[in-house]
Amino acid sequence: MSLLASEMHGSLPFPILTALILIPAAGSILTLISSNLRPEITKLIALLTSVFTGALGLWMLASFKTGEASYQFTSQHQWISSWHIGWHVGVDGISLFLVVLTGFLFPLVIVGCDPHHDEKRYLAWILLLEAGVMGSFLSLDLFLFFLFFEIVLVPMYFLIGGWGYDQRIYAATKFFLYTMVGSAFMLVGIVTTALLAKKDLGHISFDLVEIAESANFAASTGRWLFFAFAIAFAVKVPLFPLHTWLPDAHTQAPTGGSVILAGVLLKLGTYGLLRFGVYLFPEAALWSRQIFLTLAVIGIIWGAVAATMQKDLKRLVAYSSVAHLGFIVLGTFAFTAEAMGGGVMQMINHGVSTGALFLLVGMIYERRHTRLISELKGLQKVAPIFAAAFMVVMLSSIGVPGLNGFVGEFLVLIGSFATARWWVVVAATGVILAALYLLWAYQRVFHGEPDEANSTFRELRLREGLVLLPFIGLIIFCGVYPKPMLDRIEPSVKAILVRVEEKTGYVAPEPVVLTTEGEEG
Amino acid sequence: MGAQTMTYPSIDWLAITPIIILLGGMMINLVIAALTRAWPRAWYAIGTVELAVAALIVEMFLWHDINKDGARIIINNAISIDHFTMFCWIGIAGALALVSLSTAEYLRRESLEGPEVYALYICAALGAMIMTASNDMIVLFLGLETLSIALYVLASSHRRRAESQESGLKYFILGGFASAFFLYGIALIYGSTGTTNISGIGNVLSTEVFIKGDDAMLLAGIALLIVGLAFKVAVVPFHFWTPDVYQGAPTPVTSFMASVGKFAAFAALLRVVATALPSRAEDWRPVIWVLAILSVVVGSVLAVVQTDVKRMLAYSSISHAGFMMIGIESIGHSGDVDGLPATLMYLMIYSVLVIGTFTVVSLVTRTGDNGSDIGSFRGLGKERPALALAMTVFLLAQAGMPLTSGFIAKFGVIKAAATNHSYAIAIIAMVASVIAALLYLRIMISMWLSDEESGDDKREAIKVPFTAGFVVAGSAFFTLLVGVWPGWLIDASQAALQLAK
Repeated sequence: MSLLASEMHGSLPFPILTALILIPAAGSILTLISSNLRPEITKLIALLTSVFTGALGLWMLASFKTGEASYQFTSQHQWISSWHIGWHVGVDGISLFLVVLTGFLFPLVIVGCDPHHDEKRYLAWILLLEAGVMGSFLSLDLFLFFLFFEIVLVPMYFLIGGWGYDQRIYAATKFFLYTMVGSAFMLVGIVTTALLAKKDLGHISFDLVEIAESANFAASTGRWLFFAFAIAFAVKVPLFPLHTWLPDAHTQAPTGGSVILAGVLLKLGTYGLLRFGVYLFPEAALWSRQIFLTLAVIGIIWGAVAATMQKDLKRLVAYSSVAHLGFIVLGTFAFTAEAMGGGVMQMINHGVSTGALFLLVGMIYERRHTRLISELKGLQKVAPIFAAAFMVVMLSSIGVPGLNGFVGEFLVLIGSFATARWWVVVAATGVILAALYLLWAYQRVFHGEPDEANSTFRELRLREGLVLLPFIGLIIFCGVYPKPMLDRIEPSVKAILVRVEEKTGYVAPEPVVLTTEGEEG
Repeated sequence: MGAQTMTYPSIDWLAITPIIILLGGMMINLVIAALTRAWPRAWYAIGTVELAVAALIVEMFLWHDINKDGARIIINNAISIDHFTMFCWIGIAGALALVSLSTAEYLRRESLEGPEVYALYICAALGAMIMTASNDMIVLFLGLETLSIALYVLASSHRRRAESQESGLKYFILGGFASAFFLYGIALIYGSTGTTNISGIGNVLSTEVFIKGDDAMLLAGIALLIVGLAFKVAVVPFHFWTPDVYQGAPTPVTSFMASVGKFAAFAALLRVVATALPSRAEDWRPVIWVLAILSVVVGSVLAVVQTDVKRMLAYSSISHAGFMMIGIESIGHSGDVDGLPATLMYLMIYSVLVIGTFTVVSLVTRTGDNGSDIGSFRGLGKERPALALAMTVFLLAQAGMPLTSGFIAKFGVIKAAATNHSYAIAIIAMVASVIAALLYLRIMISMWLSDEESGDDKREAIKVPFTAGFVVAGSAFFTLLVGVWPGWLIDASQAALQLAK
């Protein structure tokens, strides 16, 4: 590896991606050392840091060159030279919106969710989590990626364990250990990949771009390595049958934790499958696609059926996540441009709509101190605006045309139809089931006459409304006009597909629809 | 029959300066302690730290000298002066300084007399240094005994605690057995190769061809040698003494055993397998493989079910020893260059970690050294946030979290294993380390997520004296520094690959 450090910021004057990782980390330390006597200053520091990070993300989005598949704003430096490990970060169409979403969610979580106690530590953990998530999405070095992927566990563990509900310690420990088991395999996979790359590169390398460009793995080796990576991501997604940590973690986590967990943390899994699974080991991914398609479809149905039967509103949303993430995996392993692009789109959409749903459920809990559906009744009568907001978010989660949820799901289903017909047939019923469990839940919670406990349910407050407004805005915008997003996602997705075709001789079917026109219903 | 003249070996005094410094310091310590009375006890600690730091500085210079002049064997081929030795000596001197500092307050709290504990520390460190440098089995044995006997006494140095006495006696009896095995192993190897010199054994074994079936004595010797050293490094199934001894011994002594004791025994094992036995790798490698797997699995599983933190950490140290064994297993593959540096680096990192961890435990166990159950840690996050934060860093590092030194250590041995295609051992070890993570999580839960005790159960407040605070802060700093910027330590450990033969 050359000892030269390279910086290619495009039109920007400084390494923006490094800043996106380091600023939240610095903010976390600042929060921690700020005075105990002035909690409002601590909160201000945290808020400003996260808003600034979000603004940087938007700036990056604005300067992103549309139509380019390669990594942009890259910066590369030597870090551990004896092992050829570098600080290599970059962003392409796949990670672009995930980074923007991360920058978007964190300030809203800081404003919208009240930790109730030990606010300083809570904010420090949140910001550290942001740094970790940003780092995971931006890393182009396997070692660096693993580092961030693992480090994310620590703040999330403490957030669930410290600020969660009754079963929080059990849930936090389960979350930590499940993910770590997956990571154990991935670490061995990463080390082996780097060592085997030596044969083609002449030196050991952890650099994703270098390995992808030059290294050729024998089919059987590639499959082993792919599975070592895939286990870690399958736990994170979570893919059936490794999903059992998710309902516990979601239900017990504080609202802010749930929003982040659903919004961006789960995407580490689907993002990883695409970036480090399909991209790095195309042959193995194609070879094992039926396994993943099947697990994804089982996840869609299983998640939906389980969600239907939940008594706890938060648990219901958690299981709906399992189903939604199934669609993303389905799209990823369908190996068509629309389906994969739809999968990436769905990552963002799920982050927005499920994030908002968790916020709303959190607000219900704040008011009523229960999440049991049976305890809630007739809220629409006493809090019509709240109900309307819930309705919009819920419809987006169901995937009603005109809202963002539809775009991703539709693209995934239509794109997968050519290559994975029967899986799509089953998965499509998942869309109907989603309508079933969400509408049924809405009916039970919001319709009818409120009983005594529910008659004092407070209407949406201004602050809560302002937090929800960006979510609803995005839900509608992405639903009506997804073209700007798709334009930026598509080239990178197609580049992955081209790579799969080159490496395996697989031929992706011609697009069934013109992706940017087909879903503006 | 003329008068026989005895020829003395020429001695490279400069190279053994660190040993002489410590030896002289120990003598002075004992003489002063015997002739005077009622010194403030902290002075002995300060003296010991100064000795250790002096030795450390000389070792740094020696490291530089070896860069320039190359490695060499001195005193009749009995002592190797190479980067490997210096790496270990620096580690041992550093550990000696840290443990002495953390002991100062402990002795005051427990109202124990000072001087002899420090003399024993220095004596043990001397033994450890001789072990790591020895290029002769007999010298190795001398170092081993010097270290062990000092440790037996140290383990039982809390005279009013029955557990401490018990742990010393247990350690002594089982350690005596192990020494006997080790010595018998030396004898058998001497019998089949005709030399006790470690590089000499290596030469004989690589040049002489043993007829199949004719090497039983040699194999038995190797086996006994491994048993003896495996006992000292505490790997399964030679680990039975560890939990009892670690739990019963005064906490600073436990940290000394887990750092210096492990350092010396592992370094000896490394040198023996890398210098004397490389040509018999096919014979000993499967044994090491089994020991490594057993240690990571059994250590991790048993650690999780403990309720006493010192016992937990004892089992976790067994699991860490298993990880280091992975590095040694790698050395058994021909042409390996990763195993030895990885193991050495693991040793250095683990020594600092374990000293930091046990120093916190020592503070938390409070007067009487009895509160080492996990309940003592409840509410530490509220009462002493800085201490709890440092402990969290140590625990996360032991769990192998990135950005801490523990991750670099694990990464090193896993890389060594993967280089030699030992994927099974790498995966088993990583999965076992997830089990062990549960144990570190339990302590963290107790510190941060459980409330303080109230009412009758209220324990005395935790005091953090300057010396112990310094040790904890220093160890935490090292842990994070190596986690973020590990290049220099990796390079240093790789320099140690060239053993003087």
